[in-house]
Amino acid sequence: MSEMRRVTAICNGSVIDHIPSGAALKVLRMLRISGKNSNPVSLVMNVPSGKYGAKDIIKVEDRELTQEELDRLSIIAPHASVAIIRNYSVAKKRTVEAQKELVNVAKCTYSNCITHGNREPQSHRLTVISVDPLQLRCHYCCRPQDMDAIIDNLL
Amino acid sequence: MADDLITMDDLTDEQIEALLKDAEKLLPAAKGDVYLPLLEGKLLGNMFFEPSTRTRMSFETAMKRLGGNVVNLGALASSSVTKGETLFDTMKMVDGYCDVAVLRHPRQGAAQYAADACDIPILNGGDGAGHHPTQTLLDLFTIKQAHGKLKLNVVMVGDLRYGRTVHSLSHALSRFGADLTLIAPPALSMPEEIIEDLKSSGANITVSEDLLSNLPSADVIYMTRIQKERFPDEDEYLKVAGIYKLSRKDLKDVKESMIIMHPLPRVDEIHPNVDNTPHAAYFDQAFNGVVARMALLCFLFGVDVQGGVSK
Repeated sequence: MSEMRRVTAICNGSVIDHIPSGAALKVLRMLRISGKNSNPVSLVMNVPSGKYGAKDIIKVEDRELTQEELDRLSIIAPHASVAIIRNYSVAKKRTVEAQKELVNVAKCTYSNCITHGNREPQSHRLTVISVDPLQLRCHYCCRPQDMDAIIDNLL
Repeated sequence: MADDLITMDDLTDEQIEALLKDAEKLLPAAKGDVYLPLLEGKLLGNMFFEPSTRTRMSFETAMKRLGGNVVNLGALASSSVTKGETLFDTMKMVDGYCDVAVLRHPRQGAAQYAADACDIPILNGGDGAGHHPTQTLLDLFTIKQAHGKLKLNVVMVGDLRYGRTVHSLSHALSRFGADLTLIAPPALSMPEEIIEDLKSSGANITVSEDLLSNLPSADVIYMTRIQKERFPDEDEYLKVAGIYKLSRKDLKDVKESMIIMHPLPRVDEIHPNVDNTPHAAYFDQAFNGVVARMALLCFLFGVDVQGGVSK
């Protein structure tokens, strides 16, 4: 059975493909998709992938993800792609684009960074040093980011 | 120069050299022998969210020796910071009051954060364990004064992990071809990302835990205090407190021209019996904070340091 048939096709919405195996729940969190949303959400994990061995897939009905939303995923799913579905057909395809800076995607992993101060209002800014593998530095404190810990700092 | 001075990367090598030359010219004015009201009408905001003696006082002295004026944040207990005011709001206010501001803050990145919030130039007076570029300017001036050049063997000792002075100075010295010997216990070693930056700029780096064997080849010994306030718990501090101490008896085999520097305050890492040796440079270094910061302020306001008025 093809991995795309594990859940039914959607009429309108977004299909996020090529999510690293096991990262789908984090992707939902990054996209602020929770069970409280009214949109139906389907999720398959650890399905075979010719390119990556295994992958996760998410289908979100009646919501078209923007490029900006997709780019937020570069921290955990740099190779993810989105197919925008309209009336059961693919209307648009988008891939994560390499960013120079991630703004308000995650908080700096250094606990003494000024951005951890109470109620400080300026944006969280992480500069992309390298895309593959992804390496980030905080714009403010210049500290290299702990890429394992940064998942817990997603905004 | 960029409008702000957050790290030494905000200055080119040529600008650093020009600042050191200007500092030399400003020595008589720094000592009060010549009156140079080059910054009359300008106002500096001294924003110190952490204790400071030398940085705060030398900025204030520098501004006043140049005819400018200074307003201070004052004690934190008497400011709105204790009411929960954010750094952003505090700095937006200073942005309206002053022509330039110096910021010291316990959190790393605070200076860049303030610079992003303000239109006036922000000078980093120390941000957590981050950077302290104006200290670096006076350190470079002190080294140049003693040796006439910066391409030397500089031995940095003590708290290299949390020490913002050595972070900024090592970056600057590597740009001028100095060899750096980094001496610290493993818990306080120079952060890996800084060593990588230094190596990528072509610096010759030696890492060691032994101070005494590295003394004879040194042109500069840069001692630092183990900073108790940066440790997450006191037990960790006590494991390394007092690990490196320098006294007169240790200086038998050193080069005649070798100088000992320290950003001060010291605790027990340099014995007072070193103070009267020709190697002790730390009090001259502290004075040089005035000339270096005078040069920087003039540079920032685009003022030519020539043309002082004799008293």
